Amino acid sequence: MLEQQLINALTLGSVYALFALGFTLVFGVLEVINLSHGAVFMVGAYAAMTAVTRFHAPLGVGILAALLVSGLLGLTIDALILRRLRARKAPHLIPMIATLGVTTMVTSAAQGLFGVEVQRFPEAMLPTGEFVFGEVHLRTLELGIVAVAFLLMALLFGVMRYTRQGRALRAIAESPKAAALLGINVEGLFMLTSFSAAALGGVAGVLIGLDFNAVTPMMGAPILHKGIAVVILGGMGDIRGALFGGLFLGFAEVLSKAYLSSQMGDAVAFGLLFLILLVRPVGLFGRVLERKA
Amino acid sequence: MNRVSKHFSLALAGLLAVTAVAGDLKIGVAEALTGGAAQYGVPIRNGFQLAADEINAKGGVNGNKLVLVIEDEQGKKEEAINVFKKLIFQDKVLMIFGPTLSNSMFAAGPVANAAKVVAFGTSNTANGITEVGPYVFRNSVMESDVLPVTVSTAVKHYKIKKVAVIYGNDDAFTKSGYDVFKKVLEDQKIPVTTTETYVKGDVDFKAQLTKIKASNPDAIICSGLAEEAANIIVQARGLGLKVPFIGGNGFNSPKMFEVSKTAGEGTFVGSPWANTNPNAANQHFVAAYKAKYSTEPNQFAAQAYDAMTIAAAALKTVKITGNLPADRQAIQEALPKVSITGATGPFKFRQAAPKDGKPSGYDADQKPFIYVIRDGKFVLFTGK
Repeated sequence: MLEQQLINALTLGSVYALFALGFTLVFGVLEVINLSHGAVFMVGAYAAMTAVTRFHAPLGVGILAALLVSGLLGLTIDALILRRLRARKAPHLIPMIATLGVTTMVTSAAQGLFGVEVQRFPEAMLPTGEFVFGEVHLRTLELGIVAVAFLLMALLFGVMRYTRQGRALRAIAESPKAAALLGINVEGLFMLTSFSAAALGGVAGVLIGLDFNAVTPMMGAPILHKGIAVVILGGMGDIRGALFGGLFLGFAEVLSKAYLSSQMGDAVAFGLLFLILLVRPVGLFGRVLERKA
Repeated sequence: MNRVSKHFSLALAGLLAVTAVAGDLKIGVAEALTGGAAQYGVPIRNGFQLAADEINAKGGVNGNKLVLVIEDEQGKKEEAINVFKKLIFQDKVLMIFGPTLSNSMFAAGPVANAAKVVAFGTSNTANGITEVGPYVFRNSVMESDVLPVTVSTAVKHYKIKKVAVIYGNDDAFTKSGYDVFKKVLEDQKIPVTTTETYVKGDVDFKAQLTKIKASNPDAIICSGLAEEAANIIVQARGLGLKVPFIGGNGFNSPKMFEVSKTAGEGTFVGSPWANTNPNAANQHFVAAYKAKYSTEPNQFAAQAYDAMTIAAAALKTVKITGNLPADRQAIQEALPKVSITGATGPFKFRQAAPKDGKPSGYDADQKPFIYVIRDGKFVLFTGK
């Protein structure tokens, strides 16, 4: 039973990490707590669903559609709202509230377009394979989710650390003004970040929709709450932090359900989060904030 | 310009007055037509509409037409209260059918009871609903009448020694189903290996199911709505958990098969209605429903259809005077005397035990049917 629970925890944790990745990227570079990330995530799931059910595209194309549609939505949100707020040097709370508004609008639009009922990917679309080791069951789908999550995280980590764009992004994170003076195309990279972060969120939406076999307009809200916790726990803006924070929350939740009581899952997970933040207020990988002041 | 609009509004007022004929019997329908509970609410509304149309086609009740005022309560408590107030005070209906969920009846029932207007639930199966007061009626069979039969039938069929339980603990309907299951298991002396919970909107049940699997039960008892229950079954099979499920009333929905496909094979469910029940009223209902809505009826449509028939039978014995409070009171007094044979079989009311010395409302006095899921369909269980 422990082995199976560890696999359950790993899948859930990977999903949280994948979602938190885009969320933390936007915060790291744009210094915006983008509360529309949950809605973008949901739009990704519906984009793939539409591609697969309406246009009979294969699942791979569905994921690509999610990546593009969510990415473009992220770009639009940046162009219509975040960029204007940046230009006016709006204080931190303003983009947060603005993106909360975006969430309400996008969720209502999805309710109008797709209905409020739970939708599912056609069964024939789902990878059905599974590996059985004694009592432990591991579905190919779960393996795929863990693999995709780790792959995207490694990719993002590599890009940030070893490429020119990554260095530029880190420079922007340090100080957008100084980066602009150095000749870095700050607005361009902001757009790239918004697109990539939203695209990652969209892919996370499809994977979760597939794994739990449920796509609804409201699916973004619970994962957004978890995502915020993950990002705070890992350290705002840190990619490794998103990974470790996500896994931590997944394991804490599943193991407390398994060994304490199923009513205690969230209570234990968030209780631990609170304790860690008491000891390390900047999160596991958080940088010292004073430097930015 | 001013004069034109004045004439226009006068004409409009005249028109409105004409549509509400004095002899019409206005009946409120408050059901969840959008939202997650719409899968129950929509067939319910269809059932009412079908029955009312049939009654009106035969000349109405004592020559008066039934006019339905249909409102969407969205499966939400707050909305149910709003809609009840609108129907009672603004639309001035004689009585109200609905709301869809037990949760909503606990919230809106007291509004109707205080206004001395009958609130007639056709899908509320939680215990204690009719304790709200004497104006609350339901023809939905309570879980405490259905589940003991479901459990004992399944236990006998599968030779079950011990069971695991999983239920949604933040919903009046699924929690009440769990309470009944718990009592039934105690009464029938069946040990419980573990009891797990989830909350509305959960999509990941793997941690709970892994724990259930480790406890090695012979069957899983699940009190949940169809959406969640179906996902629970699918995820259980994904974890290699092969024991049969025993479901509460929430399982009675075609949604079960849309999601769970063949994963739900062998699941036992109790229901007050069987589409294959050969009685004439049921055969007529099934055919008429299919003809009107081009889809198979379900239990909820059948109960709504019967409820309208029950109300019409009560209205037949009432002399409508036009004095609204008196007419509403007369309906409350006439309903308990009704006894019909409808799509769900022979039906009569039974008054619930008084609560805190105050009179209670009226529950259904009916026998359930037991179903088993075979080849992705509900099949009436015949002992094999």
